[in-house]
Amino acid sequence: MAKYKTEAKEVNNYTLNFGPQHPAAHGVLRLLLEMDGEVVDRADPHIGLLHRGTEKLIEHKTYLQAVPYFDRLDYVSPMCQEHAFALTVEKLMGIQAPERAQFIRVLFSEITRLLNHLLNITTMALDVGAMTPLLWGFEEREKLMGFYEKVSGARMHANYFRPGGVAQDMPHKLADEIYQFITNFPKVVDDIEDLLTENRIFKQRTVDIGIINTDDAMNWGFTGPLLRATGCPWDLRRSQPYDVYDKMEFKIPVGKKGDCYDRYLVRMAEMRESVKIIMQALDQMPKGPIKTDNRKVSPPPRSEMKESMESMIHHFKLYTEGYHVPEGQTYCAVEAPKGEFGVFLVSDGGNKPYRCKIRAPGFAAMQALEFLVKGHMLADVSAVIGSLDIVFGEVDR
Amino acid sequence: MGEDLKKFANYIARNLPKTVDDSSIHYGELTLYTHPDRLERLAQFLRDNDKCLFKVLLDICGVDYPHKQKRFEVVYHFLSLENNHRIRIIVPVDDGEAVPTLVNVFRSAGWWEREAWDMYGIPFEGHPDLRRILTDYDFHGHPLRKDFPLTGYTEVAYDENERRVVKQPVSLQQDFRDFDFESPWMGVKELLPGDEKALNQESETEKEDGKVQD
Repeated sequence: MAKYKTEAKEVNNYTLNFGPQHPAAHGVLRLLLEMDGEVVDRADPHIGLLHRGTEKLIEHKTYLQAVPYFDRLDYVSPMCQEHAFALTVEKLMGIQAPERAQFIRVLFSEITRLLNHLLNITTMALDVGAMTPLLWGFEEREKLMGFYEKVSGARMHANYFRPGGVAQDMPHKLADEIYQFITNFPKVVDDIEDLLTENRIFKQRTVDIGIINTDDAMNWGFTGPLLRATGCPWDLRRSQPYDVYDKMEFKIPVGKKGDCYDRYLVRMAEMRESVKIIMQALDQMPKGPIKTDNRKVSPPPRSEMKESMESMIHHFKLYTEGYHVPEGQTYCAVEAPKGEFGVFLVSDGGNKPYRCKIRAPGFAAMQALEFLVKGHMLADVSAVIGSLDIVFGEVDR
Repeated sequence: MGEDLKKFANYIARNLPKTVDDSSIHYGELTLYTHPDRLERLAQFLRDNDKCLFKVLLDICGVDYPHKQKRFEVVYHFLSLENNHRIRIIVPVDDGEAVPTLVNVFRSAGWWEREAWDMYGIPFEGHPDLRRILTDYDFHGHPLRKDFPLTGYTEVAYDENERRVVKQPVSLQQDFRDFDFESPWMGVKELLPGDEKALNQESETEKEDGKVQD
């Protein structure tokens, strides 16, 4: 029998640099992990690598020019963010979008939710080792981005929701195409669910990982699916409905435990609810104007401009000087796919926002990362980051 | 709605005397103004009181008003899930004046306070980890201040000789164009020779208008 010498060896914690270019970091996250062996002892996320000074730029642009910046925040759910900005400006100006515009906005907010959840669920699955859902999910995303393109001309950065309505009406037959897509879509959700929900590996990697309870979630400022996964049925579309969400019937899925698996299940169920909302929006959508006829806010139609001098002047003024928003400050929030996306807007009465603070749901989620991964293994970090649905466009702004 | 909010504001003011300096209701949103010293007490009350239960701190941000007596306002947004209410607290502070941290009341305050420090240079007293958060590692200045130029002071470039990325003072081919949309007859502060005539005329017409009204 061989004799082994045993001696006490001091093991130091070591620091691990996760990112900024790491496929599981979902963007440019530099995460300093203090490891005790394979166990995470401390996590210090360094964010801001994608900081573009959006808020500063918005202060130097007119209200209309500020809209595209919102697409570029959370670039997988652009329209929901435009929605928040549009609602805030409308609130300050005391105008309301016509009913058809509100329906279109709700319709595309839900399409955006599908876009976002498809990306999040499938990339999270990829992070824990499942590749097929990504391939299937992105096929559907491609179709959804086709709808974006048909309605706005751009696949991602739509710049479609404007204060006072939407940029232009939906093209002919788009409603039919969306209807077609939506009738087939639940099948795709079923397929992805078949691959993941009862998948042994997926469950091993996500169940009981990154648990947070409702009180802690509120303490950390969680909203959206992250909060609902803890069992708290809070949804702004229900509790503080904006546009025509009060006419929509849908359920609010909640989780039980608040672990990564619950967050996945909540998003999965939300996609099914989004399908219902899209159906209702298509069914109930009235005909009519798609932007307010207040010519001080929305430009006149081109045909009118050819004949009326005043329309010409309005058009010119709107696209050079922009409109002036009455002095005041307000906060407006929407239920973006990632949680409460809010805009705090201060106007000094000028044609540019005096201050535009963007409340991004991902920022709060990122902050709680240390709380969630402490005591977990290194491999669980990527599962947790995936389940938090982080997109650095909105975290870093 | 407005009446309820007014009652609610009074309720808070009654329960916490000398804490709320002022309150306002605009667009159906209640805003309370308070002093840095009493902020923590107010936040704690808002979180724990049965009628408030503002358990979610949604956001902290700074706003810069260079012309006001107190330069900055720190704006807090709270949300109550139980009562489906929102409330905003505004703390006016001077340049360099510290605000007590809310980390002990709301965990989520940490990063937002770091952001306000980074962007505006508002120090938060008692913050456990008040580092910059969004800007680069060796960044100087506080970019969201109104006196900070949009283009910043430095830009990065690759230096062939040193074979690394270096920082250098920003040089632009074209300045950022900030158009003045006011017509030349509006908002002119300084007087050009001959302007006084127009001014006198205006005041005379005003007088005439006044006479007509009389």
